[in-house]
Amino acid sequence: MTDATAEPTHRPSPREQKEMAEQDGPMLAADGTPLKRSLNRALRAQKLRALMLIAPLLIFILVTFVAPIADMLFRSVENQIVSETVPRTIVALDETWSDHDAVPGEAVFAAMAYDLKEAAERREHTRLGSRLNYETTGISSLFRRSGRGVDDVGEIYADQFIELDEAWEEPATWTALMADPEWIADAEGTEDEDIPRFRLADGIADILPETASAYAGFARVIIDQDGDNPLEEEPWNTIYLALYRDLSAGADVSAYDGPQARRLSAAAEAVPGFESEPVSVMFEDIDEDWLDPQVWGTIDAFSSRYTAGYYLAAIDMQLTPEGIEPQPEEQRIYLLLFKRTLFMSGVIMGMCVLLGYPVAFLLANLPLRTSNLLMILVLLPFWTSLLVRTSAWKVLLQQEGVINDTLVWIGLVADNDRLQLINNQLGTIIAMTHILLPFMILPLYSVMQTIPPSYVRAAKSLGANDWTAFWRVYFPQSVPGIGAGCILVFILSIGYYITPELVGGRTGTFISNRIAFHISESLNWGLAAALGAILLGAVLILYWAYDRIVGIDNVKLG
Amino acid sequence: MTSGDAAAFVAFDRVQKSYDGETLVVKDLNLAIGKGEFLTMLGPSGSGKTTCLMMLAGFETATHGEITLDGRPINNIPPHKRGIGMVFQNYALFPHMTVAENLAFPLEVRGIGKSDREEKIKRALDMVQMGDFAGRRPAQLSGGQQQRIALARALVFEPELVLMDEPLGALDKQLRETLQFEITKLAHDLGITTVYVTHDQTEALTMSDRVAVFDDGVIQQLDAPDILYEEPKNSFVAQFIGENNTLHGTVERIDGDAAVVRLDDGSQIDTIPVNVDKPGQRTLVSIRPERVEFNKDRLAPDAHTIKAEVKEFIYMGDIYRTRVSVAGNDDFIIKTRNAPDQRRLKKGEILEIGWRPQDCRALDA
Ligand SMILES: Nc1ncnc2c1ncn2[C@@H]1O[C@H](COP(=O)(O)OP(=O)(O)O)[C@@H](O)[C@H]1O
Ligand SMILES: [Mg+2]
Repeated sequence: MTDATAEPTHRPSPREQKEMAEQDGPMLAADGTPLKRSLNRALRAQKLRALMLIAPLLIFILVTFVAPIADMLFRSVENQIVSETVPRTIVALDETWSDHDAVPGEAVFAAMAYDLKEAAERREHTRLGSRLNYETTGISSLFRRSGRGVDDVGEIYADQFIELDEAWEEPATWTALMADPEWIADAEGTEDEDIPRFRLADGIADILPETASAYAGFARVIIDQDGDNPLEEEPWNTIYLALYRDLSAGADVSAYDGPQARRLSAAAEAVPGFESEPVSVMFEDIDEDWLDPQVWGTIDAFSSRYTAGYYLAAIDMQLTPEGIEPQPEEQRIYLLLFKRTLFMSGVIMGMCVLLGYPVAFLLANLPLRTSNLLMILVLLPFWTSLLVRTSAWKVLLQQEGVINDTLVWIGLVADNDRLQLINNQLGTIIAMTHILLPFMILPLYSVMQTIPPSYVRAAKSLGANDWTAFWRVYFPQSVPGIGAGCILVFILSIGYYITPELVGGRTGTFISNRIAFHISESLNWGLAAALGAILLGAVLILYWAYDRIVGIDNVKLG
Repeated sequence: MTSGDAAAFVAFDRVQKSYDGETLVVKDLNLAIGKGEFLTMLGPSGSGKTTCLMMLAGFETATHGEITLDGRPINNIPPHKRGIGMVFQNYALFPHMTVAENLAFPLEVRGIGKSDREEKIKRALDMVQMGDFAGRRPAQLSGGQQQRIALARALVFEPELVLMDEPLGALDKQLRETLQFEITKLAHDLGITTVYVTHDQTEALTMSDRVAVFDDGVIQQLDAPDILYEEPKNSFVAQFIGENNTLHGTVERIDGDAAVVRLDDGSQIDTIPVNVDKPGQRTLVSIRPERVEFNKDRLAPDAHTIKAEVKEFIYMGDIYRTRVSVAGNDDFIIKTRNAPDQRRLKKGEILEIGWRPQDCRALDA
């Protein structure tokens, strides 16, 4: 089937001929097609079959590995929650808030009132609060409190409109004013579940922009969230606030000629006489923190859909309204943790080389029967549960543990001065070295096995003593095994989690413990993702550096 | 030569070796090698040749007996102090060093200065015609080139004794022949004592001053190549070295250095007794294919002849090779030179064949 020349009827197409001419006479197959093309065609079927063979694994890897990593990378920069939850506020901040040391203007507070009311109804305001709380502590509780308090924002105007004309309390009045007549026809008499998507009446958004926006939001929440019919629901107080703001801003009600024209112009005439209260004061009544410019600064700073905030936090920096700044001293932990993780992984790797090399050497050079036994001993840890092994270390290393007892019994340490061997860095290093040792020994062993004994014999026959023969001839040939073992151990240990968690105490934990904390306890997945992405980046950089210095094709895993 | 010979440069004295404590891989080895001699250990695989070499180099210890080098017992001298050059079958060139570094290695560990070193390396490389390859790595060399470098490395520190364990085993025939010649020439020119191990009898015959034929941990025969070929002392050597026709039979009578053997089909032939001593003994008669005669004029008038039927005639250019059936043996080969007056035998032809008694040796069965 690789015989591509067995196709005599094929004529080179014009394009092929052109290519041939361009390539300045490439090698041709017997039928005149370029040899490369013939070969490719012949190999295509083979490649396809090979692809099909690996397809299950490929799909598995895509689903379980590539996709989660992509998702993690995305989460580490994703920040749509702010712009999706308080869209009007962000626009208003952007347009009207220039002096970042001062409280924003009324438009921003009003926008926040509409947004917050909607978010509270959707029960999304607490999520946003938690998100912003990562950046400025206190925002979470501010949002939680305000979720209920925002119900009253605008109440003062609702009362006055209703006093003016009781019809303003009627849902029908509002739908007649705001909704597309066709939508009303559709929505009338339908089951609550089947209400069509809300549509605004033509032109109303031009006349009453804030009201239209607030009412449309209201209608959507009523339909989607509550499964009710806006034709039967009294509007929220915030909508009266919007109407008041539109009318007092001088809305051109004469342009409106719909069914509520008379009622609307009556309201427009009455509005200048209304008792009014600034929206900011209403917010102050809910919580004084709303008058803190920093709250608004945080919202503003994290208004974009994507953010570097998680990454900054992961390296102990923060994005403040003034720009990027280091975290306060007492909150810096991640850089320290990164450094500690790298340092301890390096120490563990070094320990594994020191302890593993002689074992691998023995394995590779002992007679088969003895080396098989030794191999079983090396692999034994693999066959016991990680938790069991780690717990065993706890038993051995704790202050009342076997090792301390023995040392005290021998008299090497005093009874009241027992060694602290666990719940610190030492504990993590000891336990992890033990756990990762096989990952050093196995690649070392497989490389050493391929070094024929004749090299060392040759070296000795040439006059080298045992040490020289080892150091100058055997060792250099085992370096690929060391490289492979080091990469394995280092990368495994950099992301290790269970063992440091169990025996690391406070000083012996790794960055992965922090990631786990953010994933399962603080639920700050964005930060966890950023930390994970940095870890991934660090590993890739180290890998790259290793490739540059040692050469990755010098690594033998077997 | 006997063991303990005062003139011997290398001597094995009643050496035995066992790896497992149950079987002897080398059984009672006595061997004396003169200075400057080129001695080959020849034998089938597993016969203990490498083991002997390794004991000499110091990588295995003799279970019993003594090995002396230049009169000194070396059993307790570690390998790196023996000063023996060694060439391995897989070359064992250090892959992480260049050719020059490989050659510098034995000089460096001996503490030889840089300029001396360079000069010696250059000389050694020129000696094996590899002067241009100093900067290459072993992996960039062909098998033959690697073998040359291995040879240069074993010689660069000017050892008096060089051991080679099947150094040409992995090379193709032509290269092997070239290198055989070069190695022999070098060894003789430099006057080095060489112990060479091979399982290839042609190699052994063409290169060596003397050949020790090994089988089953015992030296079966130790002689110069021509004697080994023409006067094998037992049937193993006769069959191992060169092509050989064998006929089974029983000794009929022995008259001094002539014996008549009755073959299994009843016919009688003249032989010389080598390791048979009384009538009635079973024997394996050995005749070289080129010593078989079917031209009556060339045989003694009273010589015993025997009937043969031509089974196959093969034209091989320089020689004719005829397969005949003799005394029940269908694989009896006759080789004749392609001379102008030579007759080409025909399939089915019946002949009378014979030989000079001294070419036909009655060996152990
Ligand atoms: N290191 C060893 N351990 C055990 N047996 C060995 C060892 N080396 C060789 N032998 C055995 O000794 C015998 C002779 O081996 P060797 O000297 O290598 O033969 P040769 O080189 O003639 O092929 C063989 O049967 C082989 O199996
Ligand atoms: Mg051998």
